Amino acid sequence: MDPLDEEQATVMTPTLFGRIQTRLFMVFTFGLVWSIIILPILPKPEGAPLGDVAGDVFLALIGVALIGIVWEFLYHGLQQVRWEKDWPSLFGLLTGINEGLFLYLVLDMPLSTFLVHFTTTWIVIWLALHGPMRVLFLRWRFRGGRLV
Amino acid sequence: MTDQHAGLSGEPGDLTPQLIETSTWTDQQVAAAGIPMVDVPIVSVGGGLGSLALVDYLRIAGVPVHDIAVLSPNKRPSETYEFLANNSQIPRHERLRSDSGSVMDNIWGFPSYALREAWNEKGLKNKLFPVWQVTTEPILAEYYTPKSGQVYESVDRETARIGWTQMLKAGQVRMVRRRSGGGFLTILTPPPGTTQTRRVAYRSRFVHLSLGYPGVRFLDDLRSYRERSGDHRRVVNSYEPHPHVYEELARRPCTVLVRGSGIVASRVLQRLLDDNEAGRTQTTVVHLFRNYVSGPQGDSVTFRRPGTGGFAYQAFNYPKAAWGGQFRNQLLELEGDARSDFIDTTGGTNTAPRKDWRDQLGRAAAIGTYQQRVGQVSSVEPTDDGFRVRTEVQDNAGASFSIDADFIIDATGLEASIRSNRVLADLVDVTGAHTNPKGRLETLPTFEVVGTRSEPGRLYASGSSTLGSTYAPVDSFLGLQYSAQQIAFDLGAIGAVPKLGPLRSFKEWTRWMKNRPPS
Repeated sequence: MDPLDEEQATVMTPTLFGRIQTRLFMVFTFGLVWSIIILPILPKPEGAPLGDVAGDVFLALIGVALIGIVWEFLYHGLQQVRWEKDWPSLFGLLTGINEGLFLYLVLDMPLSTFLVHFTTTWIVIWLALHGPMRVLFLRWRFRGGRLV
Repeated sequence: MTDQHAGLSGEPGDLTPQLIETSTWTDQQVAAAGIPMVDVPIVSVGGGLGSLALVDYLRIAGVPVHDIAVLSPNKRPSETYEFLANNSQIPRHERLRSDSGSVMDNIWGFPSYALREAWNEKGLKNKLFPVWQVTTEPILAEYYTPKSGQVYESVDRETARIGWTQMLKAGQVRMVRRRSGGGFLTILTPPPGTTQTRRVAYRSRFVHLSLGYPGVRFLDDLRSYRERSGDHRRVVNSYEPHPHVYEELARRPCTVLVRGSGIVASRVLQRLLDDNEAGRTQTTVVHLFRNYVSGPQGDSVTFRRPGTGGFAYQAFNYPKAAWGGQFRNQLLELEGDARSDFIDTTGGTNTAPRKDWRDQLGRAAAIGTYQQRVGQVSSVEPTDDGFRVRTEVQDNAGASFSIDADFIIDATGLEASIRSNRVLADLVDVTGAHTNPKGRLETLPTFEVVGTRSEPGRLYASGSSTLGSTYAPVDSFLGLQYSAQQIAFDLGAIGAVPKLGPLRSFKEWTRWMKNRPPS
């Protein structure tokens, strides 16, 4: 081996299919569990029943998953102008801003509830991509994010 | 002894002409030659980082120590790598060109080198810097890369954890042959005096070959100069020990000609110019390019590599997507020359776009201590006074010029021809291993060597000997781990080793964190 010649991505280098699979998986595992944990302490309008908040939160998760599929096509397109065909870790964090803004505009949800739920969930998922996913799924990072 | 127990050397238990001429051996033939046989299911030949990657995987999957034999003259898996890195001017405190997540001692890539460096550093600022860098690379910061010493120390820790010394059998492997009845017989030559016989045969169902580079490579004109003149002092390869060059530079002003424009050249240039800037030397560095990269390479906006000032730039030796992204997939679809071309286009000669390197070259160029020249070398001869070496060059316009240098450093790389390795040459010539368009071993995506199947046994290879097959970055840390994973999953799929699913993977990761041996 050329001692100076080395390699590879911080999280994983996604393919389009891998992106979509990873997103759906992350939202409905780490995202869902985190949402259930944080649900009781989310800020909510006075007197709003917990059931309504839970409905909103669940809808937001579905939004991140489904609208996200469209986002992934866009990100994949942007990735094509990068020679490395990679997606730096920082992008994964920052895309939370555009996705969060768009999602808030299409959802009818109190701002404070949305903001706390969305931001924390996004960060939990982003962190989970950096370690736990690698530990559980050994082939994931070599398969462009594909799980099956 | 005059019977068949005396082999080629006349020593007991040696190879016989009959064995050498037979492509598939029976146990009786080996026994008749007096060569003792050791049974073990899995043999890994090489004992370097490639062997470590596979053995680590298998141990973590649950293969016991006594089911694996590592055949190698080296005691530590990082020995050869460290030797080459030191020669190419990367001592333990310098950084490699390796990603934070290409963690040689940890199959999960977590925790990464950056996190561990942060953990071990003193003071908040020092702790936060690697984390900041790895989080914002390559947008706000340059790619994080680990210090070589960190890699070696962590490899030593992991080899101790998985019981490396119990699996290691010292010696040089001479050849691997098919065994009649299935599997393989690997002939080991142990160090003299350590065994009763000259050779020992390892009888196994599976064999893994990860033999590294057979030697250093010289440009044709420099090899020819060295052969004709016998001068191995003024013309050196950056991967062989050459401290005498730097010592002489410190004694008097000299001119050094550097050949090559890859990452090794960058590191050698840094060493030379560092010494100048520290006032230790007054060296004039002449850098000769064969192919001068003056701008980005590629016509398509979606397939264009940055390049300027002579160098092609990318962070690592292949684009990141070659390890596990869309380039990996693309290569799996290609065959023959198209595959070889794709590997050349995404790899080839390139270096890392480090700001400190570029700045340093700029400073030295401004005062004339770093000079770039472009052209094809027509001859390399001693100067008339015999004290220097003259390189005659033709530039692209057809004009010729010459460069007189006190030293020439060939920084073009390592010899990778499998013909230079007799185990691999034997595998191709006698066993019938197929070669790929790059002349290396043709492997399946599972890294099984095509043409070597010996049911129910299989023979795998990883590392530089497989370049040109279905994976490009084979000779990198992560590439070795990828190969190991493919092999381990192939062995798991045929039921030869336990499968490594999410639960076991997690459990074993916690054991790694606590530095406990695999269960």
